[in-house]
Amino acid sequence: MMRRITPLLWLLFSAGGTVAALLFPVHLFLTGLAFPLGWLEAPRYEYLHRLLTHPVIRLYLFVLISLPLFHWAHRFRYTLYDGLQLKHLTVLIAALCYGAALLGTASTAYVLWIIP
Amino acid sequence: MSIEPPYTLYHPRWYRRRVSVWWWLQKRSYTGFVLRELTSVFVAFFAMVYLWQLHALTQGPEAYGQFLARLRTPLFLALDTIAFLFVLFHAITWFNLTPKAMVVRLRGKRVPDWVIVGLNYAAWLALSGVVAFMLLRGR
Repeated sequence: MMRRITPLLWLLFSAGGTVAALLFPVHLFLTGLAFPLGWLEAPRYEYLHRLLTHPVIRLYLFVLISLPLFHWAHRFRYTLYDGLQLKHLTVLIAALCYGAALLGTASTAYVLWIIP
Repeated sequence: MSIEPPYTLYHPRWYRRRVSVWWWLQKRSYTGFVLRELTSVFVAFFAMVYLWQLHALTQGPEAYGQFLARLRTPLFLALDTIAFLFVLFHAITWFNLTPKAMVVRLRGKRVPDWVIVGLNYAAWLALSGVVAFMLLRGR
């Protein structure tokens, strides 16, 4: 089965890598540094909540969180193989990595779903 | 995967040198490679931070306020600073690699590498501008 879904995993890896490269720096800079350090004012709750009612924004957030998680799963899996020489644990590592990405994706979908 | 192939008197043992787990510290380009691979950890970290923010937003203004306060703690400021540097490293190495992974031909001619890299950086700039505009409008 692993062999059959490898192309799909590769596709998710590169799509997630592109999403992370294009969008994570700006989101991380604003949310993680500029807002907490007071360089810029953080958006207010009412504004963000109103944004979240828009289906396009929800889809955007789903893609923004889910695809990079699969990017992580794929890349981290090989980091463990090569970096720590854990080639004999292939199946376990793959299950944990892609499992975590799936869990993150399901949680994101759930959170986006329950927003009133 | 078989662990040990059968060895006989007539079939000598393969010569395989054991490689240290720290092989990637011996050469600069190897270190760069492993650091690039490790960027994925920080990508996942920030994806989870964003999911956490999303969850806080569904819980109401108080939860969102707590989320913002938590991000102001030294622990998260340190983590976010490191994560930002790694994510930046990911973005730059990713853009510079695209022409090697994706060869585009126009009228039978290969589009030069710098055009593809340049388009990536242009898209990066434009999208960052849109995101910043959307988030800063809500002050």
